Amino acid sequence: MLQQLKRLRERITPTDVVMWLIGAVMLAMIIWGSAATLSAGRYARYHWFDFIIFGLAQGSIYALIAMGYTLVYGVLRMINFAHSEVFMSGPYTAYYVAAAFYSSGFLERQPILCLVMIFLVAMATSTLIAFLLERVAYRPLRNAPRLIPLITAIGASFFLQYTFRGLYGAGFQAYPVVKILEGQFVFGEYRILRIHAVVIVAAALLLVALYSFIQRTRVGKAIRAVSEDKEAALMMGINIDKMISTTFVIGGMAAGAAGVFYGLMFKQVHFFMGFIPEIKAFTAAVLGGIGNIREAMLGGIFLGLIESIGPSLFLDGLGIVAPYQLKDGIAFTMLVLVLIFRPTGILGERLAVKKA
Amino acid sequence: MSKSIWQNGIKVGLIGGVSAVLLALIGMVEAFSQRDIISNVISMGHTLLLLVAVFMGYLAAKRTTRTEPLWVLANSLISGLVVGGLLALFVILGSLVNLRKVFVNAMPALYELLTFKQGTQTGVFLLLGAGALSGVLAGLFFLSPKLIRRMLIIPLTGIVGAGVLQDMLRPTFSLWGPLAVINEWLYTANGLTVYGAIGLFILIAAIIYFWAKKGSAIRMGLQRLPAGGQRALRITSFLLLFFILFVLPQILGLFLSEVLTIVGLYVLLGLGLNIVVGFAGLLDLGYVAFFAIGAYTMAILTSPELAFFSLSFWEALPFAVLMGVISGVILGIPVLKMRGDYLAIATLGFGEIIRILVLSDFLRPWLGGAQGVGKIPKAFIGSLEFGTPQMIYYLILAGCFLVAFISYRLRDSRLGRAWMAVREDEDVAQAMGINLVATKLLAFATGAGFSALSGAIFASKLGSVYPHSFNVMISFNVICLIIVGGMGSIPGVIVGSIALVGLPELLREFAEYRLLVYGVALVVMMLMRPEGLWPEAVHRRELEHDTMLAKDEKEPSKP
Repeated sequence: MLQQLKRLRERITPTDVVMWLIGAVMLAMIIWGSAATLSAGRYARYHWFDFIIFGLAQGSIYALIAMGYTLVYGVLRMINFAHSEVFMSGPYTAYYVAAAFYSSGFLERQPILCLVMIFLVAMATSTLIAFLLERVAYRPLRNAPRLIPLITAIGASFFLQYTFRGLYGAGFQAYPVVKILEGQFVFGEYRILRIHAVVIVAAALLLVALYSFIQRTRVGKAIRAVSEDKEAALMMGINIDKMISTTFVIGGMAAGAAGVFYGLMFKQVHFFMGFIPEIKAFTAAVLGGIGNIREAMLGGIFLGLIESIGPSLFLDGLGIVAPYQLKDGIAFTMLVLVLIFRPTGILGERLAVKKA
Repeated sequence: MSKSIWQNGIKVGLIGGVSAVLLALIGMVEAFSQRDIISNVISMGHTLLLLVAVFMGYLAAKRTTRTEPLWVLANSLISGLVVGGLLALFVILGSLVNLRKVFVNAMPALYELLTFKQGTQTGVFLLLGAGALSGVLAGLFFLSPKLIRRMLIIPLTGIVGAGVLQDMLRPTFSLWGPLAVINEWLYTANGLTVYGAIGLFILIAAIIYFWAKKGSAIRMGLQRLPAGGQRALRITSFLLLFFILFVLPQILGLFLSEVLTIVGLYVLLGLGLNIVVGFAGLLDLGYVAFFAIGAYTMAILTSPELAFFSLSFWEALPFAVLMGVISGVILGIPVLKMRGDYLAIATLGFGEIIRILVLSDFLRPWLGGAQGVGKIPKAFIGSLEFGTPQMIYYLILAGCFLVAFISYRLRDSRLGRAWMAVREDEDVAQAMGINLVATKLLAFATGAGFSALSGAIFASKLGSVYPHSFNVMISFNVICLIIVGGMGSIPGVIVGSIALVGLPELLREFAEYRLLVYGVALVVMMLMRPEGLWPEAVHRRELEHDTMLAKDEKEPSKP
């Protein structure tokens, strides 16, 4: 017994203790805050319902972006920092298509067709950017030390951001209003904004489609093989370069679609719009355990929910003024906490240890 | 075979053409055309396009498979022609369709520039001609012997440099009586004079020629000096450098001193981050947090606006640095086990958390919220006020010397070697008995302390702190300057700060494209020269060793 205790004491380092203390304090604050809010009863049931729906819509956007991260991390073992610009380029370019349709009145007459075309343009642009990014910036660095591709990615991210700023200008552009996406569905005391419903359903369909593409098709299998073991995949006759390109293409498509959802939901696009969703999506990917596709998607939705519910649930209860200002802080705090306590992700297998 | 050779020229030309059109579309050409390099002859914008065409011609010449002069010339001609052709196509497209609706910079002024104000039809042919000409010139340049190449490229760079930096050089020259004559002769109100440019060209070319003939003899002579003489030489040059640095703000005037102070602050930040990233290999993207902590500590301790304390600058400075060190340790503990990209993102998150907290209404009574904190007093020594940029420069210079000295000493210490071991391989370092926890935490703490020092001086310089001064871009700027200068290299940090912070401050046109250029610089740097502009000696040896090993692996048959 004494021996066991001694061994235990040797295993626990002071840093572990400090980390657990930080975690415990955070957890206590969350529980205390939630209890205070719930007992005060400031929010009615339909408030919470609103938060959940908004969280789901936001979360499915994160999930789509996070998928790109996870896929790329899987095959290249690097964080594609420039993914935020892949995300931004699509909707920003598609904005001009949307604006043209709007001013010609085509958007009024054929809203569905227009939306489909906007999506196609956005996805095509994002895909192109992602493809070129891999070709020009990452491919020559395939075997470089870890820090080098990461720095390249940061550089590419700047370059793309400011290229688009130079091309399209530095201002915010407002996405045109699509009539069929306005309004809300009402069920008794609960309401759902139509746009949120559309985003949730469309994103869910897209996620399922992409997931089954990865899981079911030959190409998907090949991508998974490359992310398991490059050399073995090569020996099985898989063209690795092609599969990595395909991965970027898939990630780009998902990001482009997510970008349009974002544009339709928040009604504006901007050259810097990718930055915050990028860190959020990365958080989502880490929450799920980076490298795992399904878990990254779930992580995105989970993060969206936490971000939407969190400020009112526990920050409000702690008596913090204007808790919504700290919304982004919640995501980052979660990121740091997950990285500290479970770098393999909440849902993840112990994959990351081997890969990291 | 001949087909592939044409393909090479066309491919290179296409890349160049697309970049040239992109440069035009993002507005760089137009913005740069405000300034003439040589008055009424060539503007900066045209120089930019010319550079693209010539560079691509050179690349095409270099990449040909056959070495006959005619083939080389044909290749560079084709690539130049393609660059000009793509620009011409863009002009034609622009005259047919209104691109302005989408691309904000596709203005009539841009087309005028691209067609040399000759209208679309003539302009298109002029563009093709200019492209072809620059291609041929690049080809000829490629074929000429090395000395001539150097005698061409360095003086031309000098002319471009003199033209680009005219706003800085002109007022400096005019301050000094005898030099004002040079000023008259060299510069007009916008750009160099034609005679001035030719004179400058000849002068620099002559120096190069002389150096090429006699340079090795001089260098040999210096090396043959006895040890005492060499030491005297080193001390003299160091004293000279110190003297120049000391009188610099007096020569340069107010604006340039201000630029120098900004560069100096970045040198401080860079030296700090250099310890974390360069020495210990921990990529920290939230470095701005410590800068903010230093600045806010200074603000809280000194500002009468918040009225918690009213210390003087010097009393508050140690606390600011101490706060930086403590927060470095606190933020360091959670990320100890992370590596590489995980660490980068986690620290990025930290930086943002600090900014969000500072910005929030929740902490407003203590930190001032979005309005920030004002009325931070200046530093005093006796009755000497460090208020003007010139005086603050000395404060920062002292800080830089101190920090550079500490960095140098740390680098060669046991701790410094431990950091580098951790950078190279964490697991092996641990196996060698290095205490990872202490080593990493010390790196974070030292870096954070330097950054907080920089932040404290920054707060006193500005007299106020706002959350918006501490956005994530500062972290990225510092990362960029370290990487461009050379990771782990102390002179590299200084070179990087001057190149990436100083130059953009001097070039008004550049400001808008600063981060664009940073991005390109990072990518190109990583692809072509990962060791940086001024690499650290050890690192350079290692990299060269690596490439040698790689070569050996590629050619195993070679003995």
